[in-house]
Amino acid sequence: MPRRTMIEAIRDAMDVSMGRDSQVIVYGEDVGFFGGVFRATQGLQAKYGKSRCFDAPISESGIVGSAIGMAAYGLKPCVEVQFADYVYPAYDQIVSEAARLRYRSNGDFTCPIVVRMPTGGGIFGGQTHSQSPEALFTHVSGLKVIVPSNPHDAKGLLIAAIEDPDPVIFLEPKRLYNGPFDGHHDKPVTPWSKHELGEVADGHYTIPLGKAAVRRPGSAVTVLAYGTMVYVAQAAAEETGIDAEVIDLRTLLPLDLEAIVASVKKTGRCVVVHEATLTSGFGAELVALVQENCFYHLEAPVARVAGWDTPYPHAQEWDYFPGPARVGRALVETLEA
Amino acid sequence: MADAGLLRFHVPEPEVRPGGTPDFSNVTIPKAGSVPRPEIEVDPRSIRDMAFSIIRVLNRAGEAVGPWAGLLSDEELLEGLRHMMTLRTFDARMQMAQRQGKTSFYMQHLGEEAVSCAFRKALKPGDMNFPTYRQAGLLIADGYPMVTMMNQIYSNEADPLKGRQLPIMYSSKEHGFFSISGNLATQYIQAVGWAMASAIYNDSKIAAAWIGDGSTAESDFHSALVFASTYKAPVILNVVNNQWAISTFQGIARGGSGTFAARGLGFGIPSLRVDGNDYLAVHAVAKWAAERARANLGPTLVEYVTYRAGAHSSSDDPSAYRPKAESDAWPLGDPVIRLKNHLIHKQVWSEERHTQAEAEILETVIASQKEAESHGTLHAGGKPSTRDMFEGVYAEMPPHLRRQRQQAGV
Repeated sequence: MPRRTMIEAIRDAMDVSMGRDSQVIVYGEDVGFFGGVFRATQGLQAKYGKSRCFDAPISESGIVGSAIGMAAYGLKPCVEVQFADYVYPAYDQIVSEAARLRYRSNGDFTCPIVVRMPTGGGIFGGQTHSQSPEALFTHVSGLKVIVPSNPHDAKGLLIAAIEDPDPVIFLEPKRLYNGPFDGHHDKPVTPWSKHELGEVADGHYTIPLGKAAVRRPGSAVTVLAYGTMVYVAQAAAEETGIDAEVIDLRTLLPLDLEAIVASVKKTGRCVVVHEATLTSGFGAELVALVQENCFYHLEAPVARVAGWDTPYPHAQEWDYFPGPARVGRALVETLEA
Repeated sequence: MADAGLLRFHVPEPEVRPGGTPDFSNVTIPKAGSVPRPEIEVDPRSIRDMAFSIIRVLNRAGEAVGPWAGLLSDEELLEGLRHMMTLRTFDARMQMAQRQGKTSFYMQHLGEEAVSCAFRKALKPGDMNFPTYRQAGLLIADGYPMVTMMNQIYSNEADPLKGRQLPIMYSSKEHGFFSISGNLATQYIQAVGWAMASAIYNDSKIAAAWIGDGSTAESDFHSALVFASTYKAPVILNVVNNQWAISTFQGIARGGSGTFAARGLGFGIPSLRVDGNDYLAVHAVAKWAAERARANLGPTLVEYVTYRAGAHSSSDDPSAYRPKAESDAWPLGDPVIRLKNHLIHKQVWSEERHTQAEAEILETVIASQKEAESHGTLHAGGKPSTRDMFEGVYAEMPPHLRRQRQQAGV
């Protein structure tokens, strides 16, 4: 099976979708002729023409707002916001419009759009190229929120997202674009070509939205993670020697509660890990759900390892990013609790 | 250079406040028939003046004059008059129903009936409007059932939106009326996207975007103009300038800096200004813009100069911020009376027939109201089910919503 980087897998997902369905339209800033600042749309304009893949003005609300109009017409726009840090001007369109269109019109109009955006830190991106705003979307009724962690999932989830009849926020951890990253910034990065999850089948396949995957089976403690933190959690388990079960949530909304509950009931302990800031982050929802559903099985308080409640700094990148050392400490403490 | 001294902060004020005498002497009204009608292929730069004038057809004597006249038959005009009268009567009854506690909220169109009623007749089936909350004339003029509108207002068991939406936030794809949102200006850029989609799909349908004077200050107004111009989208960008955004006069949205139509010029969009209380002028300009869009010539921006004669909504009291008699002083008059006088002048209508029509329309509206109320009102009678509250968030109900629906006991 061919191995692809996450960028190639994402591009392939759009290529496959555009080839199968003439209603799929791809656009955003620098997305057309140039092929995207991360090369995610390279070659698509040449292959499908300017009316299927094109450059947009620098206006996030314009990009998402026009996509909603296209969806109301009957197209399936898959648009890009260059960095998740720049999605805020489109927030009104996403929250007030895309998410509610089906509900408020009782299905008279629907909004099958995908908003792709690179997310996450670990790249010296500073304040506006590192944020993880997923909690701003998981709080919105009517949205689906996806964070893939590898090329195989990225392709299958993106095709599923494009085919989904509802609006999907597709957050791509840019730290994972070229290879998995476990937080050991001082070591060379392994490319996806050396990783089994870099195996991406040709052609069409989907991964169902709302289903988690167990990345590392274990019996001592459950780690709930997504995106880059999946690899950090696995590294922390290996380095501490703790038999942690690492669950890659993949879809945050709707959430695979069944998989979470089954694992925590088995292990009796749980650590939640994300890059986003702690307070009111998605981890708080995960902790609440574990507490509600697994209370009588819990042998220790559910711990959270997250970004600090500060804007994402530049020089202090590795003091901020929740690396394997911090996650490892939480695993040890949870086991000792 | 002389020292300018300390800086001073500028906040625009309307000419007159409550207690004062209404004064529209600063509003320049060109003579009916005086603005030329260019070819639709016109170079936008050559018609810049039109963004600062007002296209008018009906003169003081009730005659239709000038190059924008003569597009509608007597039958069509009589139908248009009936639509405007129906909307006005509908408004009055629903406003009263709100006061009687049968619904929580209502917004009238008083004085602006010509804008949406006449515009609708310039569109074809399949075209899509992206209206604000003050274009219900689009529905009335398209034959959407009044009972269904009332069911929505009453949030009753027959409400097509299942009680999920605030009154008057209608939605009808079938009637080319996009779902209304409470968030201002959002639909303006969506209309452009819809028009882009129609062009991408090599379709022949066009879109119409709607916004009020106040909401032009929202950023989505700007994005819409950029996108419409960049992609030459087949869209009519309508700005209804009724002088007021709740209590805020149009100068706070910087209307006094030029005109709202003039904002299209910077984007290379042909921009017209029209007498919004002149049914014939509104229709003629809308038709011109629609022809341009259909001919793949791109967007047109149209500013309708009108006056919000009623309160902003059933929750508003205009006497707190503007003179009570201001609407009477409005120099463009009343759209219903002006079309009525024109038809009387043409000897196809009379005061008697008008009075008779008013009575008939009232009877029809009351009959519709009775039928709607038989399905319930907000606090009495039939209502949408609690189950409906959980449906339609997604195409398929996800597990967490199923659990919540069970918790709610439905």
